[in-house]
Amino acid sequence: MDLIKASGVTFSYDGTPVLLDVSLSIREGDFLAIIGPNGSGKTTLVKILLGLLRPSAGRIEIMGRPLHDFTDWRAIGYVPQKATHFDPLFPASVEEVVGMALLSNSQILGPGRGRSKGTVVRALRQVGMEPFRSWRIGRLSGGQQQRVFIARALVTRPRVIFLDEPTTGVDAETQSRFYDMLDRLNKDEGITIVLVTHDIGIVNRHVNQVACLNQRMSYHGSHEEFCRSEAFRDMVGQGDHLVAHKH
Amino acid sequence: MAVLFQYGFLQRAVLAGVFIAVACAVLGVFLILRKDAMIGHGLSHVAFAGVALGLFLNVLPLAAALAVSVAGALAIMRLKDRAGLYGDTAVGIFSSLGLAVGILLATLAGSFNVDLMAYLFGDVLAIDPLEVWLSVGLAAVVLLAVALNYARLLFMTFDRESARVSGVGIGRLDALLMVLTAVTIVLGMKVAGILLVAALIVIPAAAGLQLASSFRMAVVLAAAVAAFSVIAGLALAVRLDVPASASVVIICFLVFAVFSLAKGKSILPGR
Repeated sequence: MDLIKASGVTFSYDGTPVLLDVSLSIREGDFLAIIGPNGSGKTTLVKILLGLLRPSAGRIEIMGRPLHDFTDWRAIGYVPQKATHFDPLFPASVEEVVGMALLSNSQILGPGRGRSKGTVVRALRQVGMEPFRSWRIGRLSGGQQQRVFIARALVTRPRVIFLDEPTTGVDAETQSRFYDMLDRLNKDEGITIVLVTHDIGIVNRHVNQVACLNQRMSYHGSHEEFCRSEAFRDMVGQGDHLVAHKH
Repeated sequence: MAVLFQYGFLQRAVLAGVFIAVACAVLGVFLILRKDAMIGHGLSHVAFAGVALGLFLNVLPLAAALAVSVAGALAIMRLKDRAGLYGDTAVGIFSSLGLAVGILLATLAGSFNVDLMAYLFGDVLAIDPLEVWLSVGLAAVVLLAVALNYARLLFMTFDRESARVSGVGIGRLDALLMVLTAVTIVLGMKVAGILLVAALIVIPAAAGLQLASSFRMAVVLAAAVAAFSVIAGLALAVRLDVPASASVVIICFLVFAVFSLAKGKSILPGR
């Protein structure tokens, strides 16, 4: 079943075309990477899929409903590109950051109280951040903050999570642990993951679906076929390295 | 401080002052973190135009100030959204316009008199019982509205984009926050006066933010600082026979200074 389907999406910024006639389908259980060079429209496409930007043409359906009719936003998790670029002095504890996505007013009594307590703790446990629940978010490392934002995306028990360049500025070892965690969420908990990245090394190790974008969709399909595709050869020709392996 | 509870006019001043100052402080935490701290300053000038309009038309100045401030708050929000202005430019424009219109109307009404001075400098010790219940009631409505939208306001303040994806109505919530701020500013005029009311929005919230390790703690500390400053400031005003608005704001600042020093010395645990 298609969780999300985009058909013929076109978008321009101030008359400059960013996306041209882009179509994409995301099925339940996919671990999809949207890849492409800088400025290829990856983030714009995600923002259109999430209703943050309005396309000049095209149609979006989420879980079988047109985007403008879709209301069950708890089923969608999102970690934006600049999630960790918040004011480091913002006085929010880890459990407040995770709990805010529940939109529950009972949190005025404290984010770890009432019905939300178990939900917040569960989400933090899923990403290995439960011991840090009372820490101020600004005191964590970049990698730890990204885990907290994943927990916030998980707290509503979504069916799909969008992550936009989630490991920018994070060291290689932390990146590796981070993507292993995404693998677990995808394989063990069945959460569909949509990852925006320009690092095709990550694509090779973790994803099963690839959408290759450069204003237009040059490839959309399985990872194995991608490794044999012209789009793959074009990317490798640009200096990126990708080693084919079977999932 | 016991003197505050011996006289009816002082009891009224404490009751109204504490409610209004707490409402100002709670909103102030959200506004500072949204980098909208100057909105209080701007809306107080817009409220001045409202007071002058009330005096000019011979209607209740508080009611006129309320209507003009709410309209001004929504206009500032709209101008920021539509005109693509930088930072606090929209606040600066409306702040100056409010003051200019206020001076013009007050001059035309020939009302640069005691009435206007009471609004400019605050006169909480002269608050009458009707104004007390009006202030307490409206401040309670403001606090209730914040409580009912607490999680949404927090999410929007921390991360607008993710809040939108989670279904938070950003536009409606922005408007709600602006309207609540306008109402609170008008109420605060009686305590601190048009010239100092912005201090009730900014200083207690800034003090709370000095020591808070969570958002909830920031709100609680800001509210506590505001309530303490009103009580201590009124006691000081009665004791020294000085203007209550000035002493409340100076106490606010002293608490802020102590909290800032405490933060520097890390006297509170803050992992």
